[in-house]
Amino acid sequence: MTQTLTRPETIVPPPPAPPRRKKHRDPSRFFRLHLPLVLYLLFTLIPFYWMLVFALRPAGETALVPWPITFEHFDTVWNGIGFGLFFQNSLIIALGTLVTVTVFALMGGYALARFKFRGQRVFLLALLCTQFIPGAMMLIPLFVIFKSAGLLNSLTGLIIADTAFQLPLALILMSGFVRNVPVELEEAAMVDGCSRLRAFFAVTLPQLRPALVAVGSFAFIGAWNNFLFALMFASKQDKFTLPVGLSYALGEFNTDFGALAAGGVVAAVPVVLVFAVVQRFLVQGLSAGAVKG
Amino acid sequence: MRTRTWAPYALIAPTLLLMAVFLVYPIASVGWFSLRQHTVTQPWKNGFIGFENFRRMLFDDPLFWQSLVFSAKWVFVEVGLQLVLGLILALIVNETFIGRAVARSLVFSPWAVSGVLTTGIWILLYNPSTGVFQQLAQWGIGDPGTSVLGDPATVFPATVVTELWRGVPFFAILLLADLQTIPNDLYEAASVDGAGRWRRFISVTLPHLRDAIVLSTLLRAVWEFNNVDLIYTLTGGGPANQTTTLPLYVARKAVDSHDFGYGSALTMAGFVILLFFSILYLRLSKFGSRA
Repeated sequence: MTQTLTRPETIVPPPPAPPRRKKHRDPSRFFRLHLPLVLYLLFTLIPFYWMLVFALRPAGETALVPWPITFEHFDTVWNGIGFGLFFQNSLIIALGTLVTVTVFALMGGYALARFKFRGQRVFLLALLCTQFIPGAMMLIPLFVIFKSAGLLNSLTGLIIADTAFQLPLALILMSGFVRNVPVELEEAAMVDGCSRLRAFFAVTLPQLRPALVAVGSFAFIGAWNNFLFALMFASKQDKFTLPVGLSYALGEFNTDFGALAAGGVVAAVPVVLVFAVVQRFLVQGLSAGAVKG
Repeated sequence: MRTRTWAPYALIAPTLLLMAVFLVYPIASVGWFSLRQHTVTQPWKNGFIGFENFRRMLFDDPLFWQSLVFSAKWVFVEVGLQLVLGLILALIVNETFIGRAVARSLVFSPWAVSGVLTTGIWILLYNPSTGVFQQLAQWGIGDPGTSVLGDPATVFPATVVTELWRGVPFFAILLLADLQTIPNDLYEAASVDGAGRWRRFISVTLPHLRDAIVLSTLLRAVWEFNNVDLIYTLTGGGPANQTTTLPLYVARKAVDSHDFGYGSALTMAGFVILLFFSILYLRLSKFGSRA
């Protein structure tokens, strides 16, 4: 009996099918998508919110939604502890590293993508091998080099160190981006009488804009966040960067959570903003094939 | 295109120079230092001592083995959890829903935060007097005055969760980028063949992601092995050296006791281990063999 009842249903298309094509009517979507997303958002955002609350709440209070808010903690860290100067140092280092890494990665990435030269494979292998070199474990010889070169306590020294350690990966990424720009465009321009240099600037470079944004912001964020080099190579307080300043705030002002939180906000805002803007380029650029080099 | 052969060399010259001075030379110098007694505070004792540092490391230094075991545990737990959660997160934000762009920016944002800042944020959360556990205790959940970083039983999970907060987005970004390169036809073909959602994930998504998973896992494992910022500032390797990794041990030898010779020997051990496991991993996973 049941077989005869079910059979017509399989032949005739079942009526509830069309509404199911509307995706948001699918009840499993709540458990597959919305619930885990909300849970993960909470995990991500509660720490940020906690920091904001501490930074804006007068000392001694415990309200979860502070009102009225105060900016006294920002005044303490910016003017009192010297985060204004640390901010400036971090910005100079991050921007300097951004420029050098992007320019050198563009040059090297172009060489890897557009030329065949002796030693190319060795060079590529060497670039990959650098990823296994632990920066933390190189502190001893680097300190010796920096000391003999007179680069201790200098922002230039930190830019050079950050550039050296970020350049290999940036170069590999950039060569992937360059490879994705059709070489025919460049060749056509050269047939039309452009020099290679001119063809590069007129044809290829404009196509690489998302790549420059992605690689540049990587370099900026990496240099902004670098802690160990800054800690080791810049021990004078007027050369402190934000992470170094923060690490001292962690120790010294162990009870002043308001100042710690305000310092954290100062350190977080620039990179999180930069990242929010470039995040889209990053995913697009990586999925354009750069992941596979 | 291949007439002026000096051009590529000129283009890679700055990179080569920087690599030679700041990466190749230091490695060679670590190798040299590792065979020497070299302490900044006792320069009169400095000199060549052969493999004495390595003998001391292997046979007379329980902290070396302890830090090595903790490093292995740290890398395994961190990378494993980051991969699984990162993959889930990438699959979620790859779906179509309202507010997806904002959701992506928000869940990925901890990636841009430094290790030190992560420590700062989580110390605010973990501190026993005004942290989240105090707040929860006020609502009747758990005990007041819980110090998760001071208690040997909870310090490891607390550190793992902190690094997960910052590390999961890395996997999510890389895997999302690769998810977007999967042609939709593959899923449609699988659906026509009657494959359900789980089946499509196993036979279409995972194989396609394989190389990206291998590469990101390897890179992340190396970075987590070398991760010093977060552990150094969050626990300082404590309590009682319980969370001391090998690089943290090296950094402490270099910064605190200025024992450059012995620190270099520890560094060489780290190199050899990383190199060995990287080659082994790439071999086992047959990376890139899928043409």
